[in-house]
Amino acid sequence: MLAPYPQLVRAGYRRHASYWQASLGGVTANVVFGLLRGAILIAVLAQRGSVAGYDTAVAVTYVWLGQGLIGVVLLWGDTELSQRIRTGDVVIDLSRPWNLQAAMLATDLGRAGHAIGARLLPPMAFGALFFPLRWPEHPITWILIAAAVPLAVTVSFSIRFLLNASAFWLLDARGALAVWGATSGVLGGLVLPLSWYPSWARAVLAWTPFPALFQFPIDVFTERGDAFTLITKQLVWAALLLAAGQVVLARGTRRLVVQGG
Amino acid sequence: MTIIHTDRLHREFTVGTRLRRRRVTAVADVTLTVEPGDAVGFLGPNGAGKSTTIKMLTGVLVPTSGWARVCGLDPVRQRRELARRIGVVFGQRSQLWWDLPLVESFDLHGAIHRVPSARFRERLDECVQLLDMAPFLATPVRQLSLGQRMRGEVTAALLHSPRLLVLDEPTIGLDLASKERLRGFLSTVNARGDVTLLLTTHDLPDVERLCRRVIVIDRGRVLVDDELSTLRARFAGNRALVVELTEPIPPLLGLPGVVDVSVQAQGLRQRLEFTQAVNAAELIAAVAARAPLRDVAIAEPSIEDLVRALYATEDSPAR
Repeated sequence: MLAPYPQLVRAGYRRHASYWQASLGGVTANVVFGLLRGAILIAVLAQRGSVAGYDTAVAVTYVWLGQGLIGVVLLWGDTELSQRIRTGDVVIDLSRPWNLQAAMLATDLGRAGHAIGARLLPPMAFGALFFPLRWPEHPITWILIAAAVPLAVTVSFSIRFLLNASAFWLLDARGALAVWGATSGVLGGLVLPLSWYPSWARAVLAWTPFPALFQFPIDVFTERGDAFTLITKQLVWAALLLAAGQVVLARGTRRLVVQGG
Repeated sequence: MTIIHTDRLHREFTVGTRLRRRRVTAVADVTLTVEPGDAVGFLGPNGAGKSTTIKMLTGVLVPTSGWARVCGLDPVRQRRELARRIGVVFGQRSQLWWDLPLVESFDLHGAIHRVPSARFRERLDECVQLLDMAPFLATPVRQLSLGQRMRGEVTAALLHSPRLLVLDEPTIGLDLASKERLRGFLSTVNARGDVTLLLTTHDLPDVERLCRRVIVIDRGRVLVDDELSTLRARFAGNRALVVELTEPIPPLLGLPGVVDVSVQAQGLRQRLEFTQAVNAAELIAAVAARAPLRDVAIAEPSIEDLVRALYATEDSPAR
């Protein structure tokens, strides 16, 4: 029998593997939006040749990797913890001999593992068939991207965990999660490459965890900037945000009001 | 070692909107002791404070004041350690993984509790056999019936061999056969003496089948803490015989031991309330001698009646 947390990674994978129709729906949406975004960027670059180091090949790689990462990094739709606090089901989670945050992270990594096959590879394959993608030139990039993606998932998880944990106080995290859903894509470099932003915006974002969600893993894959620096930044943000989550969880638990029965 | 020991355990909640807040006392100075191997029924009407007490005993709710020790641990400060030693079943919530086959929930539970493989196998096989779960082990939990799921819930709570099993309304919503199967299983488990049971329920048969001792709580206070047999003798209310007749007849007055008669359905149905001293079979025979019977039913006093009777006694100025 596996140790508890690896077993939870496996459970997270298995849990999502049972909903292949949902994965198919998600992939379809990602591909359709990828075509739209690809067409827009190609039109922009046709006029100007290259913008902030993005030629057509880098731009379409940026688009298709980004579309694939949506379902892996997961920005939207994770309301599980706040729902469980709201309904009181969180008493079950707190009655287990585990660290709840670590358990949820393990489950989320399992989910992301499934999403790499179900949500990341299909749009990338589609992009590779119909667009001139830029593939990594250095073999080590493949190893680095294998670190950058799980780290992006971890940063995303730890932010989602904090937002959901606000339900310990507010009982309803939907407002916070909606704001996050609306802004994280723009701030994280999913909607447009962050290097296209004005310099003041880039300066501000450099002090936030948002670029670690999309821009950093995409930069690692397209070999822009120093991959080790990017991954180190991801590591630091993941550690800081997870630690903050531990503090919030400990405090939230102590003021928990269990709803109903 | 004492399994549960509390001293003036107390919990208040703030309820209402931002403008109109008030403090409500859910549990008021509950002091109780439970010894190993005991089987205790924890009774009281809705809102009496049963679940709140249980949540404080399992460490998920912090007491406003007072003190508790469960399995020798401080529930709040040592919650994770305590979780290894107790099993909890909430009848209205699930600890199984909704999307996964039942058996995978068991595997996960075993892993989370770090149960050694051999002991896990042994324990699981036993539960599967006793609770007849083999046919649906591979079924995802979301597709199980309530009865099947509850068997899974109880199994999950027992896989790590807890010393205390806390059951919060485990039979709620189950049909009679499922209830009986679950009671039989719990009684077998408890009879071996290594698991202490603490059970809340609104179902008197649960208590009769499983518990030797009963704690009645209302409005956050312990009203009675006694052996079930003692309690029944002291407080049990009157039973009622409901007779369905083939033709309407005047009220069946004057039968021995009957304290109240109410007539329903124009005399086709009559409800005779009788004291514990009366033998139900003799009463039915006496009724049959006077009127043609179509059907009979006996209504047992409910937990709520019992609690109401207790509460009235506690409040009466005579005491």
